[in-house]
Amino acid sequence: MAGQSQLKLQKKSSKTQQWVAGVILALGGILVCLPFIWMLLSAFKPESEVVSLTPTLFPKQWTFSNFQDLFKNMNFFLYLKNTLIVVLCSFIGLFLNAMAGYGFAKFNFKGRDKLFYLVLATMMIPGQVTMIPVYLMLNAMGLTNTMTGIVLPGLVGAFSIFLFRQFMTTIPNEMLEAARLDGASEFRVFMQIVLPMSKSIFAVQGILTFIAGWNSFLWPLIIANDEKLYTLSVGLSLLKGQYGGNFALQMAGSSFMVIPIIIIFIFFQKHIIEGYNISGMK
Amino acid sequence: MKKYLNRHTPYFFIAPTLILLTVFSLIPIVVALVISFTDIDLAGLADYSSIHFIGLDNYKNIIKDPIFIKSIFNTLFYVIFGVPFVIIISLAIALLINFGKARIFKAFRVIFYMPSITNVVAVAVVWSYLYNPTLGLFNNILHFFHLPSVPWLTDPTMAKVSLIILAVWRAIGLNMIIFIAALQGIPKTYYEAAQLDGANGWQQLFKITLPLLRYAIFFVSVTTMIGWLQFFEEPFIMTDGGPLDSTTSVALFIYHNGFQLSKFGYAAAGSFILFIAIIIVTLAQFKLQKKDVEY
Repeated sequence: MAGQSQLKLQKKSSKTQQWVAGVILALGGILVCLPFIWMLLSAFKPESEVVSLTPTLFPKQWTFSNFQDLFKNMNFFLYLKNTLIVVLCSFIGLFLNAMAGYGFAKFNFKGRDKLFYLVLATMMIPGQVTMIPVYLMLNAMGLTNTMTGIVLPGLVGAFSIFLFRQFMTTIPNEMLEAARLDGASEFRVFMQIVLPMSKSIFAVQGILTFIAGWNSFLWPLIIANDEKLYTLSVGLSLLKGQYGGNFALQMAGSSFMVIPIIIIFIFFQKHIIEGYNISGMK
Repeated sequence: MKKYLNRHTPYFFIAPTLILLTVFSLIPIVVALVISFTDIDLAGLADYSSIHFIGLDNYKNIIKDPIFIKSIFNTLFYVIFGVPFVIIISLAIALLINFGKARIFKAFRVIFYMPSITNVVAVAVVWSYLYNPTLGLFNNILHFFHLPSVPWLTDPTMAKVSLIILAVWRAIGLNMIIFIAALQGIPKTYYEAAQLDGANGWQQLFKITLPLLRYAIFFVSVTTMIGWLQFFEEPFIMTDGGPLDSTTSVALFIYHNGFQLSKFGYAAAGSFILFIAIIIVTLAQFKLQKKDVEY
């Protein structure tokens, strides 16, 4: 009898505990989202309302003028175009990573392990050490202030190669052998068997690549000398620098950069978090 | 021809990435080391013959440079105060989310993770506005409660704290995910056995959960530490190292000297010192990791 009521007590307190946990998390969640909410609300307010000494929560006057300003006067179309070019080029890099991952996963060749460790070692190199030498090298090659110079250094990445390799080792060899026996060249085997089987990891990596490309800041900042090569991040940092007082405009710019990523993230969050899970546990 | 290609296939597959990584990751380290022994600057770029080999002069000068010393102090401040906060908060949130059984707890994962993937520049711009002394939301809220304004970005010490708050906000999501994954790896049988023995929730937390999370906590500490040793975008956008170089991190110092003052050799010396520091921290991690005992 005592056991049963103790069980009931446990179940009831457990339910309250769940609610307490939920409420704490909800409050924390609101606090964490506060900057984004404020950013979005401010983006739709006219500048006068944003800098008034009596702040308002919801816009008294909803306006799109900040966003229009971004594209008509602040060259955001140009920055967007450049950013998309960077993103597109990163996808080429993704393809190269997949090729390397496949090479390391499915072939036994001399020096394979040593070369793979070399690749992994590059993951430990901090950007600060390489940024000056790479800049000097690109300068010597005449690639400063070019899109190539912006895209080339970060084109491939050891982490991505690692993930592809881990995944591709799980592809059954029989399928590859069958294709080879049918006379397919190695490249065809790659394109027509390996790639379709890697759809899931391509999805995860593709999303991460897109996000990284969209957010690219440091390298475009260093390499681009004139405005025509700036990406969205660089443009936004300029907005803050030169138009320091125009907050509604800055909030509109930030919203434009942040909201698409948040939307993509919400739709694909299962994949992205799984992708980071694999990385975290390695 | 086809046979040759087929036999040497793997080399063709790994060649592009290997070449790119060698050129843009490995060779630069050597280049950085070499130029740190020279006085290369803008003039040197234009005319290679004007570059001189000056031995260890850059290193000798940089460790006497007051701004460099300040930047090291600032970076250590960030790491020593920020990393514990990140661990405690991410762990607490991970524990709460893992504790929750309803499906809405999965939605919380998404909410707390959002700051991690959004653009650093956009976030820094938004937080600059939030921290604005007269127009920012934070001081407005304080005024609403009749509390005095806080000099978020204008006071040298407070500025560091403000940047830490921002960095912690961004770091919660990623580390929370790592902790959740680690939590889910703890066998439920341990908890069941403890419950049979009469242990309550808190005892289970301190005697089972936390000890088993030792490795995850360690991993999060080290990766966060290494990440924060390279703290750059936030001070760059929000304060440009100010006020009075109180928020200049080592990475920002390197950027200033290299790309604004064009003292490439000098900055390279600084970057190499940073590199050594990171290597030491990483090696310490490997050594301590080997000592860690599996349950």
